[in-house]
Amino acid sequence: MPDLAINQIIGYVIICIGVIFDLFGVLGLVRLPDVYNRLQAATKSVTFGSAGILFGVFVYSGFTSMGFKAILCAIFILLTSPVSAHAIAKAAHSAGIKLTDKTVIDLYQEDKELQK
Amino acid sequence: MKTETKSRIVVFFLSLLVWILITMVFSIPSLIAGVIMALITAIFAGEMLIITERKFHLKRVWYTIEYLVKFIWELFKANFNVAYIVIHPLLPIKPGIVKVKTKLKRDSALTMLANSITLTPGTLTVDIDVDNQILYVHWIDVKFTDIEQTTEFIGGRFEKLLEEIFE
Repeated sequence: MPDLAINQIIGYVIICIGVIFDLFGVLGLVRLPDVYNRLQAATKSVTFGSAGILFGVFVYSGFTSMGFKAILCAIFILLTSPVSAHAIAKAAHSAGIKLTDKTVIDLYQEDKELQK
Repeated sequence: MKTETKSRIVVFFLSLLVWILITMVFSIPSLIAGVIMALITAIFAGEMLIITERKFHLKRVWYTIEYLVKFIWELFKANFNVAYIVIHPLLPIKPGIVKVKTKLKRDSALTMLANSITLTPGTLTVDIDVDNQILYVHWIDVKFTDIEQTTEFIGGRFEKLLEEIFE
């Protein structure tokens, strides 16, 4: 066991948690049925997982250049990932990609048809 | 002082601070490079940060902190929710797109509300109708379809706080 400072151990633990949530996000991408449900898994788990990994890097390296870069990247991921998810979901809906058979309601489609 | 000038000055000092934090080198050439970069940022993108004349309230800072704490807690819950759905052998989902009404008008507030909805359990904003103030939300586990109830359940968590912060 190499000598690790306490913040390095905590950093490694946070990085591990982040990787586990990324794994759940990937599982969701494979298992869920349609684009919209997959986006749900992709935005939530992957955002939290990646931001978690970057936060772990910050805890590991402390108040250094590397740590602040990691925090900055985490903030940008948190801000931009939902926006790209809206863009993909809207584009998919406009392109006419159907929701899965399990879908119970689609008010967006109804409103679009009303406007025509 | 004009709002635009004020905004440029704030952007200049913010970019300089970010430069110093990410380089962590305190030599004169590095700082000069930082000042030049911050100036370029302030000239080209400086007028976008502050767009309204508003007094600075301590109350708004408090609401921002409350919002951030709530947001991180909801993000945490959302991840356990996704993990549960993904691991469950039967995939317990009941997806659908519902409508959520909102009282917010400003673009920044609407963007933050849409982002918050996307990162909270089971919901994903698909589109915003700015004229009618309606958000279309994809919900992985539809509990009710009535617009009043969905507004209360999905939007209600953040709307009041965002109204205090942005409006």
